[in-house]
Amino acid sequence: MKYELTHTTRFDYETPVSVAYHRLCLTPRPLPRQHLHAHELVIEPIPSQRVPGTDYFGNAFTFLTLDQPHQSLVITARTSVSILPTTLPLPAATPPWEEIRSLADGRQFAPAGEVSEFTFNSPFVERDPEIADYSNKSFPTERPILDACAALMGRIHDDFTFDPTATTIATPLKQVFRKRRGVCQDFAHLLIASLRSLGLPARYVSGYLETQPPPGKTRLVGADASHAWVQAWCGPDFGWIDLDPTNNTFPSERHIVLAWGRDFGDVSPSRGVLIGGGRHKLNVAVDVIPVAG
Amino acid sequence: MNNTESKPPVRASLLEGYSPAPDAFDELLGSEGAPREHWSPLLEALGQLSPEELAARKEATRRILREHGATYNVYSDSQGLGRPWSLDLLPIVIPAHEWRQIEAGLIQRARLLNRLLQDFYGPQELLKSGRLPPALLYANPGFLRPCHGIRPVDGNYLFMHAVDLARAADGQWWVLADRTQAPSGAGYALENRLVLSRVFPDEFRNQQVSRLPGFFQQAREGLLALVPPTGARTPHAVVLTPGPHNETYFEQVFLSRYLGFPLVEGGDLTVRNNRVFIKTLEGLQPVEVIVRRMDDSYCDPLELRGDSSLGVPGLVAAARAGTVTVANALGSGAVEMPALMAFLPGLCRELLHEDLLLPSVATWWCGAEKELEYARQHLDELVIKRAFTPAATEPIFGSQLDERGRAALLATMRSTPFDFVAQERVTLSSAPVWEKSGLEPRPCVLRLFVCATASGYAAMPGALTRFSSTVERLVVSMQSGGGSKDTWVITDAPTPAPNPARQSANLVRLERTPAEVPSRVADNLYWFGRYLERLEDSTRMLRCVLLRLTGEAGADETPELSSLIRLLVDLEMFPARFRETYRLAGVEREIYALISSGHRLGTLREIIGRARSLAFVLRDRFSVDTWSILNRLQASPRHRVEGRLQAADALGVLNALVVDLAALSGVEMENMTRGHGWRFLDLGRRLERGINIATLLHAAAAQGTRHYTILEPLLEVADSSMTYRRRYFALPHWPGVLELLVGDETNPRALAFQVQAISQHVENLPQGSIQALATATSAGTPEYHLEALWQVVRETDWLKLVTDDTGAGSARLSEALTLCAQELRGMSDAITHQYFSHAEIRLS
Repeated sequence: MKYELTHTTRFDYETPVSVAYHRLCLTPRPLPRQHLHAHELVIEPIPSQRVPGTDYFGNAFTFLTLDQPHQSLVITARTSVSILPTTLPLPAATPPWEEIRSLADGRQFAPAGEVSEFTFNSPFVERDPEIADYSNKSFPTERPILDACAALMGRIHDDFTFDPTATTIATPLKQVFRKRRGVCQDFAHLLIASLRSLGLPARYVSGYLETQPPPGKTRLVGADASHAWVQAWCGPDFGWIDLDPTNNTFPSERHIVLAWGRDFGDVSPSRGVLIGGGRHKLNVAVDVIPVAG
Repeated sequence: MNNTESKPPVRASLLEGYSPAPDAFDELLGSEGAPREHWSPLLEALGQLSPEELAARKEATRRILREHGATYNVYSDSQGLGRPWSLDLLPIVIPAHEWRQIEAGLIQRARLLNRLLQDFYGPQELLKSGRLPPALLYANPGFLRPCHGIRPVDGNYLFMHAVDLARAADGQWWVLADRTQAPSGAGYALENRLVLSRVFPDEFRNQQVSRLPGFFQQAREGLLALVPPTGARTPHAVVLTPGPHNETYFEQVFLSRYLGFPLVEGGDLTVRNNRVFIKTLEGLQPVEVIVRRMDDSYCDPLELRGDSSLGVPGLVAAARAGTVTVANALGSGAVEMPALMAFLPGLCRELLHEDLLLPSVATWWCGAEKELEYARQHLDELVIKRAFTPAATEPIFGSQLDERGRAALLATMRSTPFDFVAQERVTLSSAPVWEKSGLEPRPCVLRLFVCATASGYAAMPGALTRFSSTVERLVVSMQSGGGSKDTWVITDAPTPAPNPARQSANLVRLERTPAEVPSRVADNLYWFGRYLERLEDSTRMLRCVLLRLTGEAGADETPELSSLIRLLVDLEMFPARFRETYRLAGVEREIYALISSGHRLGTLREIIGRARSLAFVLRDRFSVDTWSILNRLQASPRHRVEGRLQAADALGVLNALVVDLAALSGVEMENMTRGHGWRFLDLGRRLERGINIATLLHAAAAQGTRHYTILEPLLEVADSSMTYRRRYFALPHWPGVLELLVGDETNPRALAFQVQAISQHVENLPQGSIQALATATSAGTPEYHLEALWQVVRETDWLKLVTDDTGAGSARLSEALTLCAQELRGMSDAITHQYFSHAEIRLS
C-alpha cells in the first residue's frame, strides 16, 4: 500500500517567543516492509539552526533552534511511503512465554540480550504487581507467547474505554489502569506495562494509522491522527511483533511506523523548550492518503 | 580535689573515660588500649591545653564557621535554609604508609570506573562479551540513553570521583559507595581545614600534614586541559549550580570562588548553534567548560528530564557537538550503582590487568539466582539496598526485620530481583569526638576525592570525615544529623608551601571582568542595594522617634514628637488612627512592632529577611567580611533575658543596625571593584535613597512650610544635622533644609547628589545588553527619566517655593517632590525592563 502522508503541527503563542528549542521525531523509520520514497520537513519560520541526528534506538530526529522572535511555528512533515503487508506467525507456533522471559531477563547477553533493554522500567512505564496480576490471567503455564499476547490485547481492548478526555500525557499509568479509560498512548503503555510486569520485553511504537471513512462518506482531510501501539518480542525466530491494543488488531498495511523506544518519552513527536510565549494553542492535523501505485 | 598547684598529666585526663566498643576498630586507641603511634604528636599538643582552652577553641571553630557562612541545607529541616555546618575539634589522623595504599586504590578505582563509562556510552563490549549482565545497564536509571555516543575530550567521563570509605574491625578499609555524578564534600573538607588550621595553628604546623590547596589547583588545571578544541583563546569555565536551595550550596559558592570560575544557574546559560553561552549584561559570552553540581538527568529539559526547570535546553546537543566539556560528563551517574560492586574485582583484572586494590564492601547482586538465594539464607547478617538507586530508599538491615517484614521483603526481591543487592554489614570504626564531657567514640565514614589531572588521576591528601550523631546509628550522613571532621594525612616528605595566589582566592572579588555579571546577578544586586538603603532609612526614622520618647528633655519635645508621628502616619509607617490621638505607650508598642514583628510588611525584621535572602543567593559575590557583617544584622537585641523589647534594648538594636549598615556601605565603597555588579548595587541604593528623601520631604512639607518643628528630626533622619549646623549656625528653617537636602550636589544625602550618581551609572551601563525580549515599552528609557529628573531638581526655584507667602508655593513644592519620586520609580521600572527582563522558561 502506498500513502502520501502529511503531518502538520501548528503552535500559536500569546506573546512572541524569543528563543525556542525543539526536538522533532517526525521522520518515518525505513524498514524492510516500509519503504520511504520521499520525505521533507518544512519549518516556518525558518529556524536559525537545524541539525539532523539518529538517536540511541536508531530513530531519526531533527533538532531545531529558533532565535528570532516568533508568534507561531508551523512544522509540516510530508512523506511518501509504501507499506508491505505483514505475515503473522501462527500464534501456536511461537515459543512458550516463559522461554521469552528467561531470554530477556537481563542476566546474559547471548543470544538475545539486547531485547532486555525493553524489559525493565522506563520513565513512563513501571513494573507493577497489580498490573502483573491483571496480565497473569492471560499467561498460563507454557502458553505460546503470541497467543498469550493476543489474548491480553483483547482483554485490554474490552476492559478499557477509549476516551480522549480522560487523560493527559502527565496522567500516571497506575491511574489509567484504575480509571480504565484513556487514549492510544495509554493503551500502548498499559500493554507494555502488562508485559514487562511479567518480565517480558515490549516496546512503544509511534506512528500513524490510516482511518477508513464510514461507508458512503468521503474521507475528511485532517481526520487522521498520530497513533501509538506496541511491539512484543516473540523469540529469536519471530522477533518483534506489532500489536495495536486500541483497535485490537495486528498492525499491517494501514499502520505507518515513525519511531520506537521504551515509551512515549523516547519518541515524542515534538518536544520543545521556549523562552517567552505565554500560553499557546496547538493544532495538529494528520492526513494519511492512500494513493495508487 | 585541689589541682591548681600541680596539674595531673593532661594527656591522661584527655583519654580518661574514652572507651570505644571492643568489637570495632578505634582510630585512636590500639587493641592494647594505648594510643596509636601516629596520634602521639597531636595528643601531646592537645595535652598541653586545659579543658577551658579546648572549649575556647571549640567555640572558635563555631565562630569561624558562622563568619564564613558555612551551612548545609537539610531538606526536612524546619529551619529551612542553612543549618550551620558542624565541625569537630579533633581531626582524624592517617599515617603516611596507610595513605599510600589508600591513594593507589582510589586512583585505580577512578581509572576503572572511567573505563566502564567509556564502554557503556560507546561499544558496550562488556555486555556483549558476557562480562557484565545487560540488566546492569538496561535496568539502571543512571544510564542516560540520549548521552550514548557523546565522547568527551580524551575520553574523560569521570573528572571528579568520590569514594566513601569505612574501616572494619580488622583494620581493613572498605568502599561503601562511589559518587560519580557531581560529588560534593571536597569544598567542605577544605573549609574544615581552613578552620582547624586557624584554631590549631601550631599543632598543625608542627606536624607533617599534607596540604589540600594543591589538589584544587590540580583540579583547576585538569579542568582547563579538558577544553574542547573550539579555538577559543581564553576558555571560560563555570560552575553550574541547582541554586541556593541545594543542600551543598555553601560548598558550591566556596568552590567557585576557590577555583575562580563563576557560579551560574541553568537560566544564566543558553545554547545557540550548539554552543553554550553565558548571558551577561554585555551580551552572550561563550563557555567551554561546565563543572556541574547538578544531577545529570536535570541538566537538559529538552533531551533529559522534561520536568527539569534547572537545566540548560540544548546542553546535550552541545556536548554531542563537542563544543563544551561537562564535568563530570552527562551520564556518568551510570557507574554509581551498588550492583556494580559485585563485578569490580573481575572487571579490574580484565580491563586493567590489576587486582582491585581497595575492596568494596562484599556485595551480592540479586539479579543472579545463586546470589538471590544467598541473600535469602543470610538475610540476618546482610543489608539490603536498591541495586541502582540506593539513595531512593533507606537500607534495610535484615536482622531488624520481624517475620512479616522479612516475608514482604523477600517477596519483593523475588519479583524484581535485579533491583536489589545484599551487602555485608560493616561495623564502622570509631573516632574520638570532642564533647563537653570529654572525648567520645563515634562511628565514622571518610569521603575521599580523586580528580583527573593532565598526568592522570590524583587523590586529595585528606578527606571529609563524617561521624554519626549517636554511638548506635548504623547510617552516617549529613542529612540525618551528625558532624564532620578534618582529616590529617601525615606525610613523610615535606609538603611545598601552598601557592599564595591560590590562597588568596578566598578573598573577595566581586567579578573578574564586567562581562561576567549575569543579568540575574545584576538584578539581585540592584534589589540588595535598595533593601539595604530602605533598612537604613527606616532604622533612622524609628530611632529618631524612640529617642524623643525616652529622651531626658521630656515635655519640651512633645511638639516635635507629634509632628514626627504625623509624618510617620503620612509615610504610612504608622496606622492612620495615630493621626488623631495617641498615647505614648501605644507609640512605643508600635515602634517595637515596626522593629521586630515577623507578621507585618516593612518592619526592620522583614526588610532584613529580604536583604538576607538576596545575600544568600549572591553569596559567591561577597567577601567573608561582608558576609560576617551581614550575619550581624538583626532586629532583636543580642542578649535579651525576657521576650519583650524594652526601650533600652530597642535603642540598642537600632544603634547597632545603623553602625553595621555603615560598615556594610564602607566595605562596598572600599572593597568592591567598580564593575557592573557594583554599579547595579549602587544604583539600587541611590534610587531608593532618592525616593526616600523625596517622599520624606513631601510628607514634612505637608505640615506647612511655616512650621519648623519637624525640621530637626528630618535632618536627623537624613543624617545631615551636623552639616546643617556647621553651615547655617542656626535652628533649622525650610530654605536651608531644602538647599541642603535637595539642591546640594556635594551632600551624599541630597536629592541632587543621588540624581548625579544615577546619571553617571546610567551613562556607564552596558549598551550591548540582551534586549531580545524587550518589546516596545511604555516604561521609557532610563535616559528619558533622568532628563525629567534633572529638569525638576535643577529648574525648580526651591527657595521661592518656601518663601512664597501666597500659599501657592507649598502646593507647587508638593507637586515638584511628588514628580521627583515618580520619575525615580519610573527609572527603576525602565532599568528592570531593560536589563533584568527575566527569561521565562516553559515546556510545550
